[in-house]
Amino acid sequence: MRTIFYLIRKEFLQIFRNKFISKAIFAVPVLQMLILVPAVTFELKNVKIAIVDKDMTSESRGLISKLDGSTFFRVSYLIFSENEANNLLHRNKCSMVIQIPSGFGKDIGTGKQGKLLATIDAVNASSAELSWAYLNGVILDYNTDLIKQNISTLPLGPVSRIEINNRYWYNELLNYKYYMLPGILVILVTAIGFLLAGLNMVREKEIGTIEQINVTPVRKYHFIIAKMVPFLLIGLIDLALGLIIGKIAFDIPFEGSILVMFLGSTIFLVAVLGLALFISTFSGTQQQYMFVAFFCMVIFILMSGIFTPYESMPMWAQDFNMINPVAYLMRINRMVMLKGSTIQDISRELYSLILIAVVFTTLAVRRYRKTA
Amino acid sequence: MVQAIEATGIFKSFGSTKALEDISFSVNESEIFGFIGPDGSGKTTLFRTITTLLLPDKGRMKVLGMDVIKDYKELRKNIGYMPGRFSLYQDLSVEENLNFYATVFGTTVEENYDLISDIYSHIEPFKKRLTGKLSGGMKQKLALSCALIHKPRLLVLDEPTTGVDAVSRSEFWDMLGKLRQYNITIIVSTPYMDEAIRCDRVGLIQNGKILSIDTPQKIKEGFSRKLFTVKASEKYKLILSLRKNPGILTAYPFGDSIHVTLADESADRTLLNYLKNDGIDDAVIQEAEAGIEDRFLELMEIE
Repeated sequence: MRTIFYLIRKEFLQIFRNKFISKAIFAVPVLQMLILVPAVTFELKNVKIAIVDKDMTSESRGLISKLDGSTFFRVSYLIFSENEANNLLHRNKCSMVIQIPSGFGKDIGTGKQGKLLATIDAVNASSAELSWAYLNGVILDYNTDLIKQNISTLPLGPVSRIEINNRYWYNELLNYKYYMLPGILVILVTAIGFLLAGLNMVREKEIGTIEQINVTPVRKYHFIIAKMVPFLLIGLIDLALGLIIGKIAFDIPFEGSILVMFLGSTIFLVAVLGLALFISTFSGTQQQYMFVAFFCMVIFILMSGIFTPYESMPMWAQDFNMINPVAYLMRINRMVMLKGSTIQDISRELYSLILIAVVFTTLAVRRYRKTA
Repeated sequence: MVQAIEATGIFKSFGSTKALEDISFSVNESEIFGFIGPDGSGKTTLFRTITTLLLPDKGRMKVLGMDVIKDYKELRKNIGYMPGRFSLYQDLSVEENLNFYATVFGTTVEENYDLISDIYSHIEPFKKRLTGKLSGGMKQKLALSCALIHKPRLLVLDEPTTGVDAVSRSEFWDMLGKLRQYNITIIVSTPYMDEAIRCDRVGLIQNGKILSIDTPQKIKEGFSRKLFTVKASEKYKLILSLRKNPGILTAYPFGDSIHVTLADESADRTLLNYLKNDGIDDAVIQEAEAGIEDRFLELMEIE
């Protein structure tokens, strides 16, 4: 016990003696939260559109002002040449071209169907689909206006129809910051667990200090635990720091228990630290370690469901996520923060994380050889 | 006498490189045993085997009566190891490193202070300084202190004097001599032949094989031929000229002279005339006593 305590003390001494790392540990969460949370959003705002209005009637102008009035679109170009419009789309000057053919106003006035052509830049498929959906929304709105205008002139009784009222639970305003912040916190904790401890271990190999440790009676698991504990604590401190920033800067709601979230993050950190130290046993240099760890980290984070819904991934990807600790913490954080889930609600995730943590840590201890 | 190390038929290869080939030797308790050989001769591999960091492919080795494979846990408590590459924590202070190694071995600095006081007192004034900021000689003294702090029965020093100035080297050997009184067995490797005389016995090692093991005096005496030193102002010309002569067995440069052995040992007069004819007229020939290096080169020749 005294040995473990002393080994941990040594790690802390070294971490805080390193002027760069000791500052970066606290600067990174602040910067990451302040930059990523507002920047990473799927909200579509101010999509630039070019309109080719060949109709020039009050109806077409009404549609244009409707589009411009919505927060989603901004009419950046009003032109008359179809070629020029397509050229704008090609040069990334706008993301959508809407053509209003001549006769559009007349058709609507005479009760025929009005026709529009929308061309959308689909390099980014998801934003193209979103633009399309928003456009439909605006046009539906415009249609309703038209009906309202015409209804008094039409000799019809009340129109029976189905009306849908939506209510968005857990994030009523569909605020993307609320959705992203718990995810960004996961990335933060992942980076600390993955990079710092593993690099620290490989550095001991690289500069040869491990050679002298290996001849001492220090137990393998003592050494591994001493490498884990400091970074586990740093990870939790950074998580707390991230939450405080979330509260102060973004007024993020916190529905559930902070303790539950910290419990999840602690188990998660043990799992990630175990995996990191396991990778470090294969690596002889910090460069080798960085390459492998970065690769794992990117896969884990991108597959975790931070950007794309977990459920829409192919089956094999969902199966892979059974061993992806990041995916579990992503769910835990979002459920606890936004839904106020209790420990019972996330028990499946917690048990899975415990299993992953035990497996990775055991592998790390077993693979770490004091003899070659 | 009890044996501190007993090795029989040790083999170790890395891929196709044979690092150790059929190494057998024994080291007596509380003697200073030196392994002497050039870089890449297998000294470090052998030391890593003794310190249980490497497993031999074949052969048996007992250190302090314990098997290096089976009893490695118990053995590690009794070995003090100073690797060839400085491997203390450079970002910890002198004092922190010493305390760290004491704790890791389950002891304290106070408990064994008398053992290291002679060595540590040189660096104690700098105990708050970061280890990375110490000079080479001070680093070496700290490394020795850390290797000794748990009062090991066997001290393994891998090239402790490489890269250290001549005065510090000599001081270092004096310190090792003083450790004798604590009954600590010391094995040490060095590429410097002149350090061999400070050992009780030395083993000459080359290409993973032990060429000879004996006291420094006996090794010198093993030199079988008459040795001459030849000096001249133009040394390069001299050695080329000597190596052309079929009557010369060996000619190796040693400092400012050339060590020569002759096929006909009474032909030193003839040689002088030969050199004069070859355009070297200031050559001086003297008979000399062979050193360990001469014997080493002779053994290599036989191999």
